[in-house]
Amino acid sequence: MALVDNWEVVIGLETHAQLATKSKIFSGASTAFGAAPNTQACAVDIALPGVLPVLNGKAVECAIRFGLAVGALIAPRSIFARKNYFYPDLPKAYQISQYELPVVQGGSLTIRVGQGEDLSEKTVRLTRAHLEEDAGKSLHEDFHGKTGIDLNRAGTPLLEIVTEPDMRSSDEAVAYARALHALVRWIDICDGNMQEGSFRCDANVSVRRRGESKLGTRREIKNLNSFRFMQQAIDFEVRWQIERIEDGGTIEQATVLFDPDSGETRAMRSKEDAHDYRYFPDPDLLPLDIAPAWIERVKGEMPELPGAMKARFERDYGLSAYDATTLTGSLEIARYFEAMLAAAGRTAAKTCANWVMGDLAARLNREDKDISESPVSAAQLGGLIARIADGTISNSIARKVFDALWNGEGESADQIIEAEGLKQISDSGAIEKIIDEVLAANARSVEEFRAGKEKAFNALVGQAMKATKGKANPQQVGELLRKKLGA
Amino acid sequence: MINASLSELSAALAAGRISSVELSTLFLDRIAALNPAINAFITVDHERTLAEARAADARRAAGDGGPLTGIPIAQKDIFVADGWLTTCGSKMLANFVGPYDAHVIAQFKRAGSVTLGKTNMDEFAMGSSNETSFFGPVRNPWNPGRVPGGSSGGSAACVAARMAPAATGTDTGGSIRQPAALCGLTGLKPTYGVVSRYGMIAFASSLDQAGPMARSAEDCALLLNAMAGFDARDSTSLDRPVEDYTRDLARPLVGLRIGLPREFFGPGMADDVRTAVEAALEQYRKLGARTVDISLPNSGLSVPAYYVIAPAECSSNLSRFDGVRYGYRAPEYGDLTDMYCKSRAQGFGAEVKRRILIGTYVLSHGYYDAYYLQAQKIRRLIAQDFVTAFADCDVIMGPTSPSVAFAHGARIADPVQMYLSDIYTISTNLAGLPGMSIPCGFGADEKSGNMPVGLQIIGNYFGEARMLGVAHQYQLATDWHSRMPAGFA
Repeated sequence: MALVDNWEVVIGLETHAQLATKSKIFSGASTAFGAAPNTQACAVDIALPGVLPVLNGKAVECAIRFGLAVGALIAPRSIFARKNYFYPDLPKAYQISQYELPVVQGGSLTIRVGQGEDLSEKTVRLTRAHLEEDAGKSLHEDFHGKTGIDLNRAGTPLLEIVTEPDMRSSDEAVAYARALHALVRWIDICDGNMQEGSFRCDANVSVRRRGESKLGTRREIKNLNSFRFMQQAIDFEVRWQIERIEDGGTIEQATVLFDPDSGETRAMRSKEDAHDYRYFPDPDLLPLDIAPAWIERVKGEMPELPGAMKARFERDYGLSAYDATTLTGSLEIARYFEAMLAAAGRTAAKTCANWVMGDLAARLNREDKDISESPVSAAQLGGLIARIADGTISNSIARKVFDALWNGEGESADQIIEAEGLKQISDSGAIEKIIDEVLAANARSVEEFRAGKEKAFNALVGQAMKATKGKANPQQVGELLRKKLGA
Repeated sequence: MINASLSELSAALAAGRISSVELSTLFLDRIAALNPAINAFITVDHERTLAEARAADARRAAGDGGPLTGIPIAQKDIFVADGWLTTCGSKMLANFVGPYDAHVIAQFKRAGSVTLGKTNMDEFAMGSSNETSFFGPVRNPWNPGRVPGGSSGGSAACVAARMAPAATGTDTGGSIRQPAALCGLTGLKPTYGVVSRYGMIAFASSLDQAGPMARSAEDCALLLNAMAGFDARDSTSLDRPVEDYTRDLARPLVGLRIGLPREFFGPGMADDVRTAVEAALEQYRKLGARTVDISLPNSGLSVPAYYVIAPAECSSNLSRFDGVRYGYRAPEYGDLTDMYCKSRAQGFGAEVKRRILIGTYVLSHGYYDAYYLQAQKIRRLIAQDFVTAFADCDVIMGPTSPSVAFAHGARIADPVQMYLSDIYTISTNLAGLPGMSIPCGFGADEKSGNMPVGLQIIGNYFGEARMLGVAHQYQLATDWHSRMPAGFA
């Protein structure tokens, strides 16, 4: 956005990533989404008298994975604390979270902002990431003035990931959120489903005059569940804050909600109504001790991380930094690319990269599909690239074959090339014969060429290509044509 | 039969001299006759009890009986029991029927014992006189004008009145030992973590521990054998090898070093209690033990530290009683906040509210460091005192309660006076150590009449078997534990 030049925007993000464990963080109930209300809430989740929490080790492993992926300290000892407040969908009237000693401390994430010439990298520092349980859901519709409570989500494990106030624009905030989203899916700790609430962000936004060293008063935008809303909400909030200050007002600390319909943020509660959560260590849970051996075991099970994979792509496949970064933007893209290479051969790496980032990306984007939903599999596209690489077809024919594969008109590139007779004509005898026919039929163009009109040459090439239905190698056609014309 | 020990009852059941149904009926009849005057039980359910008794008889007949199979046990109403009203002594849960079995209940079921009923208690175990129960005060069988102690007052009174052969209790700051002392029973609070807290309605999670209340140390050992054991559902349950708590019963006392903390023998103790406790120590010396002077320098801080930590935890633990999902909900209310306020204002009694308020205050922003953190530091100092003391002794002894049972109403209006009832018991909870109380005589002065005095025995961590042996040897040489209140024969 076009910022008022005199102002600097300061943003920190808090993200709740729902961890992809089968059971809840402190009970054995299932975490599956979409079940009938209150069918996945056991005695512990509904906080019957006498029940006690038991920590799910898988949730801890997710936290360890994350800590390793962002280069953070995995705390050898962290503490679960109770955050006390009353709400009907919080059955114990406290949330078990981590407060003073979180399991993941520090770390950072590198993001890319801008495009083309303006592309730059930036490191966002993480403050911490801690384990906690989710609350249930309050359903305010359909109950005729009453509120329904669904406790299926109560006790679902979350990793809350908190950044330093390092971002300076909505673009940077969105770039960070996207990078984090890709990372948690990459290391397989969160399905990243934003519609279902598996990945949701709160943005702390403040502004200050350029040169000012003190941070402005922040307002926290809660529950941003899409990147587009995040951008809109921050942009609105920034304008609102700047205007308010320029009008002589002050910013008061508050929690705000973004209304996607109006595109505006609206204060939900001010600092005065802020809860005193009365955090204290949960006496029902022992301190979480993580031995180095546990971290080592998890490290051994980790997939190759994006940074390492990017370096390998540059080193082993000779790709540019830009290509390597784009291809490692998500694990799905990277896996697709590597599967393509397996079919196309390593030497075709650059062509494969161009296709993934070019034709395939454009088509997926146009049809609003994720790469995991691509109708053309990596093996199919790799097979197509192999035929470009070995000269069987040209790039333009390849696009036709790609369309055919996309539309499910064949099992493989080879099958389509064979069935449609798209094989490139490289037999110079056959091409010469066609050129002779073209020259005979286009005497005027020949004359014009001899008179010095280079344009006429292109017309002749075009006629020859047309006569071969594009199957001839255009370069070869040009060479033979010049020879015939004695040029 | 009503005076028989658990092993005698077990032998009678095994020999077929009596059936569990007959035995249970005997005690149910006594409850019907005596409970109206004592109010030791909140819930008695003949059909459920007799059904369990019949099942126990069937197990015995099938040769599948253990030492406790068929023996009726009264359960403190703090333990959630499947199908049983489980009130925790509160209006808040007066309508709450347990949907599952607490670990302790399940362990007794596994052993084949029979649930005789749910015993009265101070509301949510907060009290030292059993006067805070929504279901009315419990009377001390030794003198109905006196309190039975608390919070496990119903359990203590029912065993003392021979309405049950044995009972369970829970002890957060003395709630097993103090009522045991005041009713002339033997009661044991195990090391924190020995008995699972799963299904035991939480008061102060880091202090709560369940244990047996019976007439003798031998009975307590048998009961603890059933109650103890690792339970994965309680993260603070300790995964240790199974113990036989009867193993040290016969062990002689020669060479036993008994630590006497000078802080436990100061001016706070009533003269009649002092006389009985000192006589008991003399008896121990006769049995071959020797006494050693020790010091627990920070024990004077135990009551203030306790009354920060326990309320802090309870203020959070009791927040789930919000009228939303179960328990009491105010019949009329406006909005959500009003529903919370009215339900909790009407559902909780005065002492529970007092502790919730204290706990909320000490955890509040700006006060946490001064109260809660400070109390936790004191807690560590108190625990360290015991570590130091146990270098010089095997067990520690002293009074359980500074006085014998006091009159109903005597302390209920003065919380601090009431809180001081637990001055000798609280430090063991703060340290997580095992402690027990055994009868060691009677108050002899005119003021207190003929009321039991308890001797407290504090052991080192996991010292339960040794403590039970120390108590048993004394009980072989004395008969305080087999005295019976007049009028309950």
